[in-house]
Amino acid sequence: MNAHPGKRIDDDRIKELLTQALPPVEPDVEPARDLWPSVLRRLDTEPAAPASGSLRRNWFDLALLAGLIVFAASFPATIPVFLYYL
Amino acid sequence: MPERASSVLDLFQQGDLDAFESLFRTHQRAVYGWILRIVRDPSAAEDLTVETFWRIHRAHARFQSERSFEPWARRIATRAALDWLRARRPEVELTDQVLADLPSAPAADPGVTADIRRRTAQAFARLPYRLRTAAILAVVEEQPHKEVAAALGITVTAVKLRVFRALRLLRKDLERQGIKP
Repeated sequence: MNAHPGKRIDDDRIKELLTQALPPVEPDVEPARDLWPSVLRRLDTEPAAPASGSLRRNWFDLALLAGLIVFAASFPATIPVFLYYL
Repeated sequence: MPERASSVLDLFQQGDLDAFESLFRTHQRAVYGWILRIVRDPSAAEDLTVETFWRIHRAHARFQSERSFEPWARRIATRAALDWLRARRPEVELTDQVLADLPSAPAADPGVTADIRRRTAQAFARLPYRLRTAAILAVVEEQPHKEVAAALGITVTAVKLRVFRALRLLRKDLERQGIKP
């Protein structure tokens, strides 16, 4: 490797060194065990959110915010009380 | 057959567990292989495959069944692998044990000594994980830039830029160590 001490390592040589250091993974590699039971366990412990869950929560948040704005507009004197409890 | 595949994707999109298992059985090997190419650690790749399919199931409602499943799964797998790389310190990556465990093609050039291979692997492990991922997929695994870009969620130009920067940093590190052509 030190046969040409004055030369820079060119890109092709770097790629060659890299491929030698980290040979490509075989194309037909597969896991050593069946991973499906682990996926099922993971789903049991942390179930996926229902499809419309985030949407429903967004609507609820928006409705709450709208109600709060209407209430504050109707009774402005309550705003400092709300701010105090925030 | 396309009709059948399409109905599986539709059912998966609606949250059907059997359809999800069918997709898992069809794609787990490809997902595992893709993750292994990025993280280079078989045990971590198994855990990340589980994590990836959990994320896939969690996102089933967002899947568009008229699109292909594999690129979508690959992108989620890439994100999971990047999260793992980000959380790990470089010095614990690519240890001799990890390198020995990796199922890979044998090294060809006898002129490259084991010490140089080890130092190259360690220098590579010191690179930022985003540069490393682009370089390993594009250079070592010879994946098309377009596929790497799709998996990483960046443009082909950005992939080329990351590879260029990775090789430049790697060359500087190796030259600093006295490794010359």
